[in-house]
Amino acid sequence: MALPASLLLLADSRLPAGGHAHSGGLEPAAEAGAVTDLPTLTAFLRGRLATTGLVAAALSAAACGHAARTRGGDGGDGGLGGHEGWSVLDAETDARMPSPAGRRASRAQGRSLLRAVREMSPHPALDALAAFSAPHHPLVLGAAVAVTGGSPADAASIGAYGAVTGPASAAVRLLGLDPLAVHRALAELAPQVDAVAAEAAGHARGDPRDLPAASAPALDIFAELHLQANLRLFES
Amino acid sequence: MGANHDHDPHPAPPARGRALRLGVGGPVGSGKTALVAALCRTLRDDLRLAVVTNDIYTTEDADFLRRNAVLSDDRIAAVRTGCCPHTAIRDDISANLDAVESLERRHAPLDLVIVESGGDNLTATFSRGLVDRQIFVLDVSGGDKVPRKGGPGVSGADLLVVNKTDLAPLVGADLGVMDRDAAQVRRGKPVIFSSLRERPGAPEVAGWVRSVLAETHEARSAAGTPRPAVAPGAP
Repeated sequence: MALPASLLLLADSRLPAGGHAHSGGLEPAAEAGAVTDLPTLTAFLRGRLATTGLVAAALSAAACGHAARTRGGDGGDGGLGGHEGWSVLDAETDARMPSPAGRRASRAQGRSLLRAVREMSPHPALDALAAFSAPHHPLVLGAAVAVTGGSPADAASIGAYGAVTGPASAAVRLLGLDPLAVHRALAELAPQVDAVAAEAAGHARGDPRDLPAASAPALDIFAELHLQANLRLFES
Repeated sequence: MGANHDHDPHPAPPARGRALRLGVGGPVGSGKTALVAALCRTLRDDLRLAVVTNDIYTTEDADFLRRNAVLSDDRIAAVRTGCCPHTAIRDDISANLDAVESLERRHAPLDLVIVESGGDNLTATFSRGLVDRQIFVLDVSGGDKVPRKGGPGVSGADLLVVNKTDLAPLVGADLGVMDRDAAQVRRGKPVIFSSLRERPGAPEVAGWVRSVLAETHEARSAAGTPRPAVAPGAP
């Protein structure tokens, strides 16, 4: 199966959508001494992938499915309706992010991603999301994948992949870890990223209330502590 | 670029109705924050201002600005750059754009939004997608051969400010050499030598900012957009 370049652009860390300034909780975890080296980083990434990574990937898959069904604004999704469907997914995303700081980071990244993808691939499905002043990141990602012709499985893959590559890059910058060693760790994690993406993709259809809700209390606490830190180099 | 024969090499004036966006960049310690504070103090009585800072922004910095009452707290937004200050002003400007637009919404209408970059190296430069004009700030204690090195900031910025000229005799910097080299790499674009210790209001730089604003207002009038009324004494 060929990888379409339009989807590779969405997975690329050089996508100008604000991701470089978010550490996915890595900065407060490093500050707290929970991540100090490669083994502790790997444990952090595994934990994040299995919890918030799975949730974000499933939300992206569901958003992709929703955007595809309502593509062109014809509301042909069996009565859910474009905007109403997005409101439901927005509320389900909020419900899976207990930390206000985490919700804020998700919405800030969503707004930036929406700016980028509306410029790259203007589409009515993206305009519908712009009705939210700052839509959640996984929802924008799902919609962006849909308008570039990708599937919910693609959206889940990109979501799960981003859940580990963002914090890994932050660890290289913050802790001075060897980037080659960090990428070896990422390569070793790749099968688990694929497994999480496959599980998440299975939730593309069905009731949004049944989406996975795995939580990571330590990440939520770190996100809140981060806001009170005297010095913050990353937004989240 | 090939098909774009009519491309105007001069930056466009700001889009209808929005504030002029001015980038201030330069190496660590060259005096960017002090210059921005001086500009705010000098310009705040007749221009409506807001500032986005990208520098490492601690509670101490916030307290400094508050104590000096340069601008009210809600006119200053801090953007964090994930250890990459140049990325946030050049490659991925989205967080800065969000901060600028949010200030413009909250305090509409504004005349000027200053985006201060985090301290970086000589290769840093602002994206044209983020700012309309940019100032690059050097100081004499970085060595008088810095302008000769050039780089996108020194050679490309709309204004080069050589700061802390009062220190020149102490660090053995030859201002004449800096002036000559800067003129050469900048091909005639303006250079201002500044000492905030001797002239705390940075009057020459403030004058340049006013002339840029006047220019863009003229360009707008020519395009049929009236100059927005400036409320006297607006903070």
